Amino acid sequence: MGTKILLPALSPTMEVGKIAKWFVKEGDTVESGDILAEIETDKAVMEFEAISEGVVEKLLVTANSEPIAVNSPIAIISGEDDQTANTDPPTDQDEVAATVQEETASVRVPPQVPKEKLSEEIALENVSFKSQTFREALRDAMAEEMERDELVFLMGEEVAEYEGAYKVSQGLLEQFGSKRVIDTPITEHGFTGLGVGAGFAGLKPIVEFMTFNFAMQAIDHIINSAGKTLYMSGGQMNCPIVFRGPNGAAARVAAQHSQDYAAWYSHIPGLKVVQPFSAADAKGLLKSAIRDPNPVVFLENEILYNRSFDVPELDDYTVPLGKAKIWQEGTDVTLVSFGIGMSHTLEAAQELEGLGISAEVIDLRSLRPLDKETVVESVKKTNRCVTIEEGFPVCSIGNHLSYLLMQEAFDWLDAPVTCCTGKDVPMPYAANLEKLALVSVPEIIEAAKAVSYWEK
Amino acid sequence: MVKKTVATKPKETKEQLLKLYSEMLLIRRFEEKSGQLYGMGLIGGFCHLYIGQEAVVVGLEAIAEEGDKRITAYRDHGHMLACGMDPNGVMAELTGRAGGFSKGKGGSMHMFSKEKNFFGGHGIVGAQVPLGAGIAFADQYQGNHNVTFTYFGDGAANQGQIYETFNMASLWKLPVVFVIENNQYAMGTSIKRGSSTPDLYTRGIAFGIRGEIVDGMDVLAVSKAGKKAADICRKGNGPYILEMKTYRYRGHSMSDPAKYRTREEVQQVRKQQDPIDSLRDRLLNWKIASDEEFKEIDRSVKKKVNEASEFSQKSPEPDDAELYTDVYL
Repeated sequence: MGTKILLPALSPTMEVGKIAKWFVKEGDTVESGDILAEIETDKAVMEFEAISEGVVEKLLVTANSEPIAVNSPIAIISGEDDQTANTDPPTDQDEVAATVQEETASVRVPPQVPKEKLSEEIALENVSFKSQTFREALRDAMAEEMERDELVFLMGEEVAEYEGAYKVSQGLLEQFGSKRVIDTPITEHGFTGLGVGAGFAGLKPIVEFMTFNFAMQAIDHIINSAGKTLYMSGGQMNCPIVFRGPNGAAARVAAQHSQDYAAWYSHIPGLKVVQPFSAADAKGLLKSAIRDPNPVVFLENEILYNRSFDVPELDDYTVPLGKAKIWQEGTDVTLVSFGIGMSHTLEAAQELEGLGISAEVIDLRSLRPLDKETVVESVKKTNRCVTIEEGFPVCSIGNHLSYLLMQEAFDWLDAPVTCCTGKDVPMPYAANLEKLALVSVPEIIEAAKAVSYWEK
Repeated sequence: MVKKTVATKPKETKEQLLKLYSEMLLIRRFEEKSGQLYGMGLIGGFCHLYIGQEAVVVGLEAIAEEGDKRITAYRDHGHMLACGMDPNGVMAELTGRAGGFSKGKGGSMHMFSKEKNFFGGHGIVGAQVPLGAGIAFADQYQGNHNVTFTYFGDGAANQGQIYETFNMASLWKLPVVFVIENNQYAMGTSIKRGSSTPDLYTRGIAFGIRGEIVDGMDVLAVSKAGKKAADICRKGNGPYILEMKTYRYRGHSMSDPAKYRTREEVQQVRKQQDPIDSLRDRLLNWKIASDEEFKEIDRSVKKKVNEASEFSQKSPEPDDAELYTDVYL
């Protein structure tokens, strides 16, 4: 009886992968450390080694076939029993797989997403769509803008030869060359300042942060240099720069790598701040951000990178900064969110429908400028509001929305605005604690029920 | 203090030499006037005077070419005057008036002129250094043969971002001349108390950046070294470091009593190394210019400064509506 070899998770957010190439064939004898295969993950192609000796009895998956889920069996190796992580335990394998699934359920299981509506400025007739990941949409946005304007260039750690730590800049080096796709040393403070200077001098830099957590080393240049110079120069010197990269929690990367900076940057006059949820918005908003003459902080999300959405097949699809999108119309409660928060919100809205609560779901998309009107109008209709975000609760985007609604829709509110946020703690590592720290679907449902005075 | 004053007749023309003198004097008188206006409450906030350091920026601007860029920190009045920005607009910015270069919204530390390629005027110590490298990057990207003069002080030389910038500037051969204005005091901390090594230009060695010490009190020495450094950068062999040994006569800012050094120390530098006096003495000795010519320059500089002072007080405060303009383009 051989040991089943399972497809390993090779990154914190990997859900599926495929065998790019087998290095062994059936009947081969392998030793610990031998390379069995190359596995293509959501970010890279990685070698996968045998962890014990034995004979390859069967290869269960052919190379370059469709992606399969993490923990699916890929081969059977006979020989010494081995019960380490990447082999199938002799007892209940389904239970183990289920545990892995459950640990990350709050972030990994995509809800049913309603069909995305296009911004009103796009004519709906004759527009075809293609399914594209968030990651591919970002790449296409950059490629299209670089094609369109010589002054646009991309710089950051591992953006060129490695093609992006999260594969977002795949193919760009080949397409545009090393003059315009520039690998920097690991030196956030320095290369951010350098990018801002290049922006002052007329270029249109896209500065990629491997994650926004690292941008804290460079925050002086984002705020003091990029954000304030137009004002301090009496309107003479603008900085047409985009700071982009993954923001917020990924999965199990703990406190220093899991933080949502939406509220931080939204605090600053002079910066624009965007946090898209869908791939279509990611593409349209990034293109607008690159063309914008002001500094734009463009907050992406690692978990969303691999999600597919319908993206309109248009030569030049842009989405205006500062405009929210109503994903779903409703009459009983307004749910306002952005970025990954939208994922939980849409799922909650579906469950609420089952309870007879009709939720209107608004994706802010841009946090600065903020589309106050859309939120206020919606609340005047539903009389109730729940805000949803992944960031910390103190001085959150939701706090600001609550204030705006008190000022502008006080007489329409039938219940206090409730803010669902991440918890007021540094992100813990343990899977159960991380799940507790993140904003969750049940919390949103409870909040919506509470503001609706819902009784069974 | 290095003592390397150019003692032989220079190759500059009489006109060029008198221009150097006149520009240094303009900065000196302008700064004295700024000090006065500060005392009268017409200039507020922080105000850092350039008195004593005039030779550095005037010497370098003399060899700058059309299209070259410059960026510095907050002791920036001299840089602006030397690159040709109108003294009226600079002074009116100091007084926070609509006629200032930033319409009164930047103040002493934050002024810019796109027209003159002056990129500020930055209030955060050291932040201008990667910005300067980025400006040079833009020139390289666009195939221009221009250089960016990136100024910073001996205090900023201890900021980490300087070394992040050195690394990238050397790696990518950026056309940037790093000008360390070593006036020997980082606010109140003398270089001996703040730097592990006495010669700041040597800090480029680890990154493969060449550099040298220059007598920053001698405008002719500054020009000579600046020309060499800029040529190296223009040819694609940059960056280059010039450590200008200089001295500021006044406190760090207007509110600094300067108790960290003796009056005698300041007096000695003034007497023996003053950049303006030493150039005048040499020009007189070499019989290049006469007393009368210097007096004429003095009169014309004084007039310019008085005009600037008057303009800066007559110019109205910015309109209230300006509060919300220029946040976004």
